[in-house]
Amino acid sequence: MNTLKNFTKGLIKENPVLVLVLGTCPTLATSTSVINALGMGAAATIVLLCSNVVISALRKVIPDKVRIPCYIVLIAGFVTMVQMLVKAFAPALDEALGIYLPLIVVNCIILGRAEMFANKNKIFDSAIDALGMGVGFTLALFLMAAIREVFGNGTFCGLAIPVLADNHISILTMAPGGFLVFGLLIAAVNKFGTYKPKKKEFGCEGCPQADACGKSSCSQAAEEVADND
Amino acid sequence: MTNLIIILLSAVFINNYVLSRFLGICPFLGVSKKLDSATGMSLAVIFVMLIATAVTYPIQKLLLDPNDLGYLQTIVFILVIAALVQLVEIVLKRYIPGLHKSLGVYLPLITTNCAVLGVTILNIDEGYTFVEAMVNSLGSGLGFMLAMVMFSGVRSTIEGSDVPKSFQGLPITLIAAAITSLSFLGFGGVIENLFA
Repeated sequence: MNTLKNFTKGLIKENPVLVLVLGTCPTLATSTSVINALGMGAAATIVLLCSNVVISALRKVIPDKVRIPCYIVLIAGFVTMVQMLVKAFAPALDEALGIYLPLIVVNCIILGRAEMFANKNKIFDSAIDALGMGVGFTLALFLMAAIREVFGNGTFCGLAIPVLADNHISILTMAPGGFLVFGLLIAAVNKFGTYKPKKKEFGCEGCPQADACGKSSCSQAAEEVADND
Repeated sequence: MTNLIIILLSAVFINNYVLSRFLGICPFLGVSKKLDSATGMSLAVIFVMLIATAVTYPIQKLLLDPNDLGYLQTIVFILVIAALVQLVEIVLKRYIPGLHKSLGVYLPLITTNCAVLGVTILNIDEGYTFVEAMVNSLGSGLGFMLAMVMFSGVRSTIEGSDVPKSFQGLPITLIAAAITSLSFLGFGGVIENLFA
């Protein structure tokens, strides 16, 4: 597979946040300021890189039936390591990210890439894929955080912006602003995307129960239950 | 007692898991299309949150803390929750088939729901006692349910309206969520003053 293509697909064409719509929770929660967003992006990228490399290296060792629990243990291990590093070297970031740092474990992007890419590709390709996806995630977070911080707080990375600082729209940094900016960004991607956007549905790509569940999406599963009643 | 009521009400209204903490967004957007599936999913979440807290809290306090193993929290909790959900599903299927029929399908879907792992970790971080932790889990679950049920009503209105092409689907849903979340901001400060 073409290495460059492998890297760039995560940036725009298959951007995990804006196109695949994975990892919504950390995106909404940590994009209140640019610094937090970059910290979250970096932490998730490191975990993604480590887990993709190790899972790819072990892809012939891990039995197929118990692969999901194995992946979760590996990912949780890397998350714990990153958590300890952040606590030791960037306590302010640890404070700001709070609960969302350990919650990287259940970030669908990481399990999704393990399941979709790392367990069928070579170590090098998996590492490149992880970097591309991680940078794509960070870019999307950065974009959202920049919009929210510049217009919501009148600052950029903590530096005040002349006119906007006096006329900021504080609601953007609060919870409703997160939903609003995310909705507008996805609408913009739909409008200006150069390719035909796929139907946006919360798929099972990152869901560890996808095999057991056998439905194509959570809403489909739910609808079938509703119909059965 | 007042303390417990404050914890319960703030978990439901002020620190609503979905609308102000952004936990459990995937099921919130994925399963809120119909009222009965939204209710079913929320009941399963409340159930799992309570059981998960009842199990992880003693593990943290009796097993991890005395042995200086606090750093294993993330790994242990996620494994315990995953195993627990499977176990609950098997037990329900065997002994209470009626409940399994209504909650069963949703159980596997919430193993990796960040709201469940989130509530167990937050209970420890906030330094709650066991009773407070259980009340907080119940409140968080009820808050999740409130948001889901309210939002399924909002969504059924969206379904029937004429939305611009690029906003169809997810974008308009998110913007509706923004407005719903805005209404929850109004609860800020109410609960504390209620008992002051």
